[in-house]
Amino acid sequence: MSRQLSKEGESHTCRGSKIRASFYAAFPRTIPILAGFLFLGIAYGIYMSGLGFSPFYPMVMSVAIFAGSMEFVAGNMLIGSFDPLQAFLLTLMVNARHLFYGLSMLEKFRDKGRLRPYLIFGMCDETFSINYTLRDLPKEADEGYVMLFVTILNQFYWFAGATIGAWFGSALTFSTKGIEFVMTAMFIVIFMEQWMKEKEHRFSITGLVISAGCLVIFGKNGFIIPSMLAILGVLLILGRFDGEGKR
Amino acid sequence: MTMIERLIMIGAVVAGTMTTRFLPFLLFPSGKETPAAVRYLGRTLPPAVFALLVVYSLKDVSVTHRWQGIPELLCSLLVVGLHLWKKSMLLSIAAGTIVYMVLVQLVFV
Repeated sequence: MSRQLSKEGESHTCRGSKIRASFYAAFPRTIPILAGFLFLGIAYGIYMSGLGFSPFYPMVMSVAIFAGSMEFVAGNMLIGSFDPLQAFLLTLMVNARHLFYGLSMLEKFRDKGRLRPYLIFGMCDETFSINYTLRDLPKEADEGYVMLFVTILNQFYWFAGATIGAWFGSALTFSTKGIEFVMTAMFIVIFMEQWMKEKEHRFSITGLVISAGCLVIFGKNGFIIPSMLAILGVLLILGRFDGEGKR
Repeated sequence: MTMIERLIMIGAVVAGTMTTRFLPFLLFPSGKETPAAVRYLGRTLPPAVFALLVVYSLKDVSVTHRWQGIPELLCSLLVVGLHLWKKSMLLSIAAGTIVYMVLVQLVFV
């Protein structure tokens, strides 16, 4: 816990071993992201080169924006007309799902002290999914540091991929077609882990039915916001039935 | 666009992303008691959001395309089956992805 860090009397070696244990706990959990982000990042770097940008653009954007799908959209906007307000509003819509990650992490980040701002900054889909489902950590590891390493590693993989793609993308000789399925596979597994852990499945089912329904009704470019609103509405109604979520 | 204009555009996208990430924490600061309804949502949203992410990652699958999403369906079932059987995250993800790559590169081309 970060509160303990400020306590006097904690020796440096103890803290060092805690940091090491946290890294060893974090790294294996990020391996699927290592594969996915390296390749998606490379694809992004190649995409930006294809649009005619210097490699420094994808490098800066991968670190500063750090929201995968939005960066492809941003690249496309940069070759359009200068309209920052539209860029801002479009980003709000594309990334609105992050609002739910924040709501889910309010309690878990409560005691993370000075790590908190960076943990929030770096909370992309994949990082949120891993950090929310952290369980069975070794007792030498500190939850805050594990979350920190998960966030840093994931951001680094994305940056490394974008950088490699931008500088060396044209030298790739083997086909990586289909590698993007690693993200689908990971989200399926995370969904199943949640499913096997929970006592009742109605919230999982609510999400599945609503998102799939909205995708059919609104199409792939406009289903996120309607899905979010419908999920919010249904969860609040379910909570009211249980006498929870009042006030 | 000039370079400055491009940097402003990138800044706008950064600001938009950061708004969506920080807003819940600004609205419900850690020093104060979070309203019960928000705590309830914090507990019940994740399962629904994980489902949304599964659908989101499959959104580009086209049923009007020649293969009508068959490779995606097969590999999703493979991931589910493997994970029920072995419960190893890395194995389920790696096998699903490799089989998918083989399918879209060699079988469903």
